[in-house]
Amino acid sequence: MKRFAELISELDSTTKTTKRLAALKRYFVEVPDQDKLWCIALMTHRRPKRPVKTTLLREWAAEEAGIATWLFEDTYHIVGDLAETIALVLPNATDQSSKSLTQTIQDLIAITGAKEEEKERFVKASWRQLDKNGRFVFNKLITGGFRIGVSSKNLTKALADYTGQDVNVLAHRLMGNWTPDTTTFEELILQEDPDGDASKPYPFYLAYAVNDEVSELGAIEDWIVEDKWDGIRGQVIRRKGEIFVWSRGEELVTDKYPEFQSFMDSVPDGTVIDGEIICHDGDKPMSFGVLQTRIGRKAVSKKTLKEAPVKLIAYDILEHEGKDVRDLPQAERRKLLESVVEEADDPTLLISAVIQMQSWEELASFRALARERHSEGLMLKRANKPYKIGRKRGDWWKWKLDPLTIDAVLIYAMRGHGRRANLYTDYTFAVWNGEQLVPFTKAYSGLTDKEFARVDAFVKKNTLERFGPVRSVQPELVFEIAFEGIRASTRHKSGIALRFPRMARWREDKKADEANTLDDLKEMLDLYG
Amino acid sequence: MTGLLSYKAQGIYCEAGDFFIDPWRPVDKALITHAHADHSRWGMKRYLAHHRSIPVMRHRLGEINVSGVEYEEEVNINGVKVSFHPAGHIIGSSQIRVEHKGEVWVVSGDYRTGESDHTCAPFEPVKCHAFITESTFGLPIFRWQTNESLFADMNAWWSSLARNKKNAVLFAYSLGKAQRVLAGVDPSIGPIFTHGAVENTNEVLRTDGMILPETTRITQEHKSGDIKGALIIAPPSAMGTPWMKRLQPYETAIASGWMQVRGMRRRRNADKGFVLSDHADWEGLNHAIAETGAERIYVTHGYSDIYSKYLSEQGYDARVVETEYGEEHEEKEANT
Repeated sequence: MKRFAELISELDSTTKTTKRLAALKRYFVEVPDQDKLWCIALMTHRRPKRPVKTTLLREWAAEEAGIATWLFEDTYHIVGDLAETIALVLPNATDQSSKSLTQTIQDLIAITGAKEEEKERFVKASWRQLDKNGRFVFNKLITGGFRIGVSSKNLTKALADYTGQDVNVLAHRLMGNWTPDTTTFEELILQEDPDGDASKPYPFYLAYAVNDEVSELGAIEDWIVEDKWDGIRGQVIRRKGEIFVWSRGEELVTDKYPEFQSFMDSVPDGTVIDGEIICHDGDKPMSFGVLQTRIGRKAVSKKTLKEAPVKLIAYDILEHEGKDVRDLPQAERRKLLESVVEEADDPTLLISAVIQMQSWEELASFRALARERHSEGLMLKRANKPYKIGRKRGDWWKWKLDPLTIDAVLIYAMRGHGRRANLYTDYTFAVWNGEQLVPFTKAYSGLTDKEFARVDAFVKKNTLERFGPVRSVQPELVFEIAFEGIRASTRHKSGIALRFPRMARWREDKKADEANTLDDLKEMLDLYG
Repeated sequence: MTGLLSYKAQGIYCEAGDFFIDPWRPVDKALITHAHADHSRWGMKRYLAHHRSIPVMRHRLGEINVSGVEYEEEVNINGVKVSFHPAGHIIGSSQIRVEHKGEVWVVSGDYRTGESDHTCAPFEPVKCHAFITESTFGLPIFRWQTNESLFADMNAWWSSLARNKKNAVLFAYSLGKAQRVLAGVDPSIGPIFTHGAVENTNEVLRTDGMILPETTRITQEHKSGDIKGALIIAPPSAMGTPWMKRLQPYETAIASGWMQVRGMRRRRNADKGFVLSDHADWEGLNHAIAETGAERIYVTHGYSDIYSKYLSEQGYDARVVETEYGEEHEEKEANT
């Protein structure tokens, strides 16, 4: 455990990839296989079920620190990370521990079903045995979410360096449904295992964004162009008489989308399709808002199936007749995909249409209408290239629509947390409805650190009222808010909800009364909602 | 805030004595707790400060009309008794005690309790009825390590870079923190270089009698590769500027109380963070306030809302007051 905490602190205290890779490799060299496997599992978001509720952790931490729960909660809000807040408020360690990472995790698994008092005893005793770093990592084992700047790409690189294996082979091996309880380091990483896990997905190929310099990409004939559909990127696997559905976040979501069980009859065994899961009324795609009603829900009701039916818009084929076809050129995979979709003749399996245009200019005007097709823009794929792993430049580009924008007035500010714990950086914006300002969105990002510092100073000097961590401010500053989508909402006072709102820029040239109105927003809702 | 001291648009005001303490707009008579730019501003007709604040004030504000006092020396201003007491923050930093008709108020300015070094006199609690406190680090997550373990870490960082012929660039405010670092590190590890802003301050303080290890000012003459294995102290505003080019190869660290929080370390994007502050930590604030024996506590810059709520729960009559202190005080001297 101590060694693992050291690794985390090493990874955390450098911004350089080479140093991170070296630290990981050193860890792999020094620790036993079982600890390596757990390290890989944790860094690929495979943690055991949460053994203790976080509400209990908060109570116990406040008790141990001798502070009131409100003070703990306010502090947590500012730090922004529960594991870290606990690690920092607790008094210094009074004891020591020499448990390994694996042992610590096994102990945590063992108390999962235990009585609350037993959990409390175990957690508090562990806190007393660990220093600040150790506690932070221990708490992370409970709460999950190790975000320490090690991408799966870098983890794979370090492993490849340590084992002498190919990066792409390893990337594929690390995918799928394994946990350290179902496999060993030897089995997962070192052995050739062609008939292993039937559910194992392929690593997704991800595109970088391209802006208006598309003409620099060469002849348009070299590219296959499709819409960039606005849903959930997914991979549907039909293998060994079963269907598996994976989201891009490497989450197995088969049960959430029972519609795809129809592929059992329509798609041959040994097929893996990459596509977009979207809601579709049989005629045309529905808005992302409809799909949102299904995301995050475990049980799928009959009503949902009727009102928000999903289909797969296929982009690509990765496995055909049980063979990995990722190395075939895009155009050939496309032909295979077309034949599979055609033979399936399944209303749940659509194909993303290829868009043929004579010039980039012509394509640009087609792209401008994407929002009306419920598409986010275009995907450009080089016709003669294979399917790669992860985010790579060169052969796949996303050419997204420009966001919608509206000018709004800053009316509330809240102190940020984590990176911005001492600044007012979380803002609420309003538009005019007659003489009144109606709040309609929050936004936290899009300004430079310098701009945040200036707005922070404005907030502190122009506070009207304080409500806990929130301050209402003189309605003076105007910001251009950019967003990807808009829909009606009964939960918001303004009656609308935005998708991905952020500050596109600070309109220092505008006064508050020059901001947009609620009617302007409603007009956008009619057009694009 | 009402009573012996009150808040006016210009700053903290004593009506009975007709003077201001650390005013942020021009006034006739200003008492200054310490020389940082957010407390010691330009444009006052007359200044009164601890005599060890004066050299830096003159350096920063030019020719000013200022008189100096010793700690504990009693000054009478229009019948109000005023004295300065060590605040442990930076050289010359003072809490200002104000007494009139048996009522005593203390304005603490910025302060740090606990261990100190020869660059700054240690904090001394002063009994009072009303205490005006900062709350920069008024959250229970802020707990400073001992100087011994802090400087052991810093020395280890510098040594390991020096062994690899790299420079250790440490960002610390030029007045206060830079000298704390100089007083704490082990100068036998290698040469110590400084950014102009830090060296200007060092020169002023050395002339005033402060003993610091030898440092060399980095100038236009230094080219990339000239300096190796050195500790280089620079103000945070130099981070990421072209000035850094001549220091290659190097790694960076920031010395600040904020480095306690992981998110802040990441925002600042340095290779490393050292938790070194010239402000009181959580325990320090609580201890200092208890020692004053004050019933009324006015909480200024920092986590003032949270901290005053905490103090109220502890039985104090505590409230928040808005000030214009606590702004990053060194941005202005980036290119000096």
